[in-house]
Amino acid sequence: MIKQRKLILGSTCLTLVPQLAFARNPFEFQTPVTPIARETLYVHDLFLTIIAVLFSVGFGFLLFSVIRYRASRGHRPALFSAPRTPLQWALSALPILTLVVIDYIVMGIPAYHAVLTLANTREDAALVVKVTGSQWRWRYDYPDQGISFISNLSTSQEQRDSGAPTDPNYLLEVDKPLVLPVGKKVRVLLTSTDVIHAWWIPSFGIKQDAVPGFLRETWVKIDRPGIYRGQCAELGGGGHGFMPIVVEAKAQPDFDKWLADAQTAAAQAAAVTTLSKPELLKRGQQDYATYCALCHQPTGLACRAPFRRSLAASRSPRRRP
Amino acid sequence: MSADIAATRRYFVPRPSPYPALMSFSIMLLAIGLGLAVNGYPAGRWFTGIGLLSILFALVRWIGNVIAESQGGFYHHWEDRSFRLGMIWFIISEVVLFATLFGVLFYEREVSLPWLASLDAHFTPWPHFAGAWPSAGPAGKSFSTVNPWGIPAINTLLLVSSGATVTRAHYWLRRDHRAALVFWLGLTIALGAIFLVLQAHEFYEAYTELGLTLGSGVYGATFFALTGLHGFHVTVGVVMLSALLVRIFRGHFDARHHFAFEAVSWYWHFVDVVWLLLFVFVYWL
Amino acid sequence: MSSAITDFGHHDAHGEPRGLLRWLTTTNHKDIGILYMLFGLTMFLLGGFFAELIRGQLIHPANHLLTPELYNQVITLHGLVMVFGALMPVTAGFANYLVPLMIGAPDMALPRLNNWGFWLLPPAAIVLVLPFVLKLIGIGNGPVDTGWTMYAPLSVQGGPGVDFAIFAIFLLGASSLMASINIVVTIFNLRAPGMTLMQMPLFVWSWLMTSFLLIAVFPALIAGSAMLLADRHFGTHFFSAAGGGDPVLWEHLFWFFGHPEVYILLFPTAGIMSHILPTFARKPVFGYRAQVYSYWAIAALSVVVWAHHMFTSGMPVAGQLYFMYSTMLISVPLGVLFFCWMGTIWQGALSFETPMLFALGYIVLFGIGGLTGLVLADAVADQQYHNSFFLVAHFHYALFGGPIMGVIAGVYYWLPKMTGRMYSERLGKWHFWLTMIGFNITFMSQFFLGVAGMPRRIPDYALQFAPLNMVSSLGAFLLGASQLLLVYNIARAAAGYGKPATNEVWDGAQGLEFTLPSPPPHHTFEEQPVVT
Ligand code: HEA
Ligand code: HEA
Ligand code: CUA
Ligand SMILES: [Cu+2]
Repeated sequence: MIKQRKLILGSTCLTLVPQLAFARNPFEFQTPVTPIARETLYVHDLFLTIIAVLFSVGFGFLLFSVIRYRASRGHRPALFSAPRTPLQWALSALPILTLVVIDYIVMGIPAYHAVLTLANTREDAALVVKVTGSQWRWRYDYPDQGISFISNLSTSQEQRDSGAPTDPNYLLEVDKPLVLPVGKKVRVLLTSTDVIHAWWIPSFGIKQDAVPGFLRETWVKIDRPGIYRGQCAELGGGGHGFMPIVVEAKAQPDFDKWLADAQTAAAQAAAVTTLSKPELLKRGQQDYATYCALCHQPTGLACRAPFRRSLAASRSPRRRP
Repeated sequence: MSADIAATRRYFVPRPSPYPALMSFSIMLLAIGLGLAVNGYPAGRWFTGIGLLSILFALVRWIGNVIAESQGGFYHHWEDRSFRLGMIWFIISEVVLFATLFGVLFYEREVSLPWLASLDAHFTPWPHFAGAWPSAGPAGKSFSTVNPWGIPAINTLLLVSSGATVTRAHYWLRRDHRAALVFWLGLTIALGAIFLVLQAHEFYEAYTELGLTLGSGVYGATFFALTGLHGFHVTVGVVMLSALLVRIFRGHFDARHHFAFEAVSWYWHFVDVVWLLLFVFVYWL
Repeated sequence: MSSAITDFGHHDAHGEPRGLLRWLTTTNHKDIGILYMLFGLTMFLLGGFFAELIRGQLIHPANHLLTPELYNQVITLHGLVMVFGALMPVTAGFANYLVPLMIGAPDMALPRLNNWGFWLLPPAAIVLVLPFVLKLIGIGNGPVDTGWTMYAPLSVQGGPGVDFAIFAIFLLGASSLMASINIVVTIFNLRAPGMTLMQMPLFVWSWLMTSFLLIAVFPALIAGSAMLLADRHFGTHFFSAAGGGDPVLWEHLFWFFGHPEVYILLFPTAGIMSHILPTFARKPVFGYRAQVYSYWAIAALSVVVWAHHMFTSGMPVAGQLYFMYSTMLISVPLGVLFFCWMGTIWQGALSFETPMLFALGYIVLFGIGGLTGLVLADAVADQQYHNSFFLVAHFHYALFGGPIMGVIAGVYYWLPKMTGRMYSERLGKWHFWLTMIGFNITFMSQFFLGVAGMPRRIPDYALQFAPLNMVSSLGAFLLGASQLLLVYNIARAAAGYGKPATNEVWDGAQGLEFTLPSPPPHHTFEEQPVVT
């Protein structure tokens, strides 16, 4: 028996060892940088503490019984099958009442506040950004500023084939990040062109589904400049694991400068109306590299890992009616 | 529990039977066949065909067994009660099935269409969508609906009266009056059959004249799902009623033992009630 | 036709088919129960094999054991096979074997239907995995790859594998409905004289509630799947906004079924707990009535909380609040159940044979699963947990830590009754401790992964998740390997090795089944016992 208890102890330690590798408390979310993220972190810490206490009480109770009431120590069983005296009834009702109080007061009230805060997407919103998911990339629009671009995974194929990637932002890097100002409330609208995707950035504390044909909204207000990374969080087919989200938060002047640059670039691109053949070819090549090469090889044949879909041999998996 | 149960306490457990397993594997063939067929693989047809044939075979043999056991006097009050309870719970599961589809109808009318219509016109692909019922959705082709006071109203009358006639038939069965029983049961079957013919005609008109098809957005989809599933149930009901008629011609059932008859009539009443709801919520409102 | 058949009675066992044909044609509840359990065990191994593939792929980043498409197919089949192939059939097997014995019934009420209900399962499993084979001969692109939740429009877009999965769901649904109807009717109609509802053993109660839930929710999934099939092939627009439909409608339909489903999985093993704990505590069940009422409360609540799986799908505030608070309410009746289990142990005289160990492990592990469920119920914090590995860890604590532990406890508890042989206690204890260790290593680390921000259902991941994934995978290999002890123990007893078991098996074991020989005769209670 002693040996067994040692075993359980050992196994617990074993699961905890890798945690030491984390500098921060392994129970905590990524560093929060928005009001929502701080609120979820607070709620999370509170709840985890509560359930840890509940678990310890329950587990302690169990351990006590297991040690104290074992037949091998000659303990004779009691015969009760329900509480009898009023005191026993009260003692039985106590844990249940505690659970109710925890549910609806200790946990219920902060949760209520958080729900309302999260739902308040429009009040004081200084900027609107539209996020569109599609298989398997994100598109960002700044409707009022007339800017729009697509953000693709940019981790190199060599890294992905290597078996031992070294890139510190492996699978979390994109060619064009979403750029947002710091300290302003940004209203984020989400939609999708094909299947459901979900836009998740842990340090913003938000995860919102992008549903095709519908609009969903959420909001962020970022505390400080920096680069924040997240991933798509709803299974959307083979490339679901490969559509990361990168947000670059800039202080207002930097953001304004970026905005101006982006607007000029957009205007220039719109100004070019006729393209010569070499220019077209070049544009095509660029587009291929951005959009198609992810899945298809230039030869049109079966492609490199991890995507194996071939254009040449493609027979639509199902006949569309 | 009644006295004769307490007296015997012997429950009839049938001998091993090959038909359930045969039925299962036939259904598997059917499923594989359909899975291939809907994806455009012609081989699916063979699986489907063989599956259907052997399902039919197993069904006929199985039911034959049950009827023979019933006629052979193996079923007493106790077994009878099991069948009754079983049928009741089966019908309850059917209620859930239809309730789900009505829930879908409700969701479309009260949630998804208004939601689609209320999206921020700036950002949605369908800024001009109004979302009024009946709707083919923001990108659907327009259509007209079936006039409830035409065929559907007639069909309502037919089904309601068929509910009455089957009750009448039961009344005569309990009095062992064969001729009247056959008459009222026959009438029920006839009413059910006419209902089906009219329903088929209505579907045909919906497709050819009203432009109302399965593809007519949520309205079309829900309309055909609900009426189609109901129509399927009526078909099954008519087949079962006809089987009863055949058994009556063969002299089965007596005034006290006729569970099969009752089960089918419960089923028929259930189908009847569903139709009333359909008439109100699908055709009328 | 009727002239050809002369004797329908079963009263002598002569002339009954033998060999494979016996199992195909049987109408005997014990045979059918055993078939269910063997099928469930096979599926557990298959689902476990898929689980090991998952962990094999995730063992280090940039691994190429599985392609992303194959990975999606494997996780989907893992989920479906474990839930519908392993857990539900095994608990249904217990019900078939034990319910008639426990209520003193001659057999199940509708024996032929019972056989049909079972034999629909192997075809369903075949239909589900067949696309693997079809792909080899150039048909389609493999089995369903949408996740076990089959969210539209991904499932509308998917290949033929999705159709096969839909047909498998039809078969499974038909099977579950038949089994449930049969159990309800058996319990209502075939109890021994004198056994009132409130005298029924709790396992019987738990399956009564399970059946009610199945009848109340499975048809919804069947209807939803049919709509999905129509969207895929017949041009309807249930799940597409262009026609006025809504992808989220699928989520509602799925979870209206899916949430009660988790209690469908849980109930039978909650019932098993109330048989094992009293036996090894040598004390009567604590709070019988309270447990029955909790079952009712859980069942009733379970059908009105489904959208807590959809907090990030976009819901009005009122919806968020309603589903959050109603979900939290379930912790109250479940807390009562826990309390009753503790009360049963309290001041007993405990001994720790393998079934008891697994029962205690169940309380601890399911406690963790349930308590983390409570955390997930928070609509806003769920923005962080949803579809992360925190969720994966929650539901494995709830699914493996609860039902699977309970089933294993039940297997060890009734195996001697069913086979007439004792299993090896020493190996049983090894099995328990290795399972506990392996399980906690595998899934405790996943809580941390989720908190650190790792999404589920991805075949490859960022470097900060690498160490914990390695730990989790190693744990999973240990966990998988230790299940072979279970297989060995079952095979050994079934093959007739080991000490013969007495009628009572465990000293102090209560219940009608322990008044019968081990193993019980082929036909029990042809004359019903009278319960006083
Ligand atoms: C058997 C299975 C099972 C069970 C019983 C539960 C039980 C619960 N689950 Fe879980 N759940 C799943 C299986 C299960 N779940 C699965 C499979 C999923 C994910 C599906 C998917 O997306 O693929 C899921 C997902 C899931 C979500 C969705 C999260 C998301 O997608 O974002 C939520 C949210 O509220 C939730 C909540 C709960 C709650 C509140 C309970 C409650 O019933 C729990 C109540 C129990 C308690 C509160 C414990 C009480 C105990 C004590 C007080 C003492 C204990 C201590 C000791 C004795 C040591 N679950
Ligand atoms: C009852 C249900 C159940 C059970 C018991 C398990 C058991 C296990 N699951 Fe399961 N799991 C689910 C239900 C279950 N799971 C569901 C519903 C999902 C969601 C799917 C989805 O996303 O859609 C999921 C998803 C899921 C994931 C997430 C995948 C992802 O999102 O990317 C992972 C990853 O670690 C995982 C791992 C495991 C492991 C290691 C076990 C282990 O406990 C398994 C241990 C058992 C064995 C290993 C069997 C032992 C046998 C052998 C070793 C013999 C080898 C084989 C042969 C002889 C043929 N599961
Ligand atoms: Cu997009 Cu997952
Ligand atoms: Cu749930």
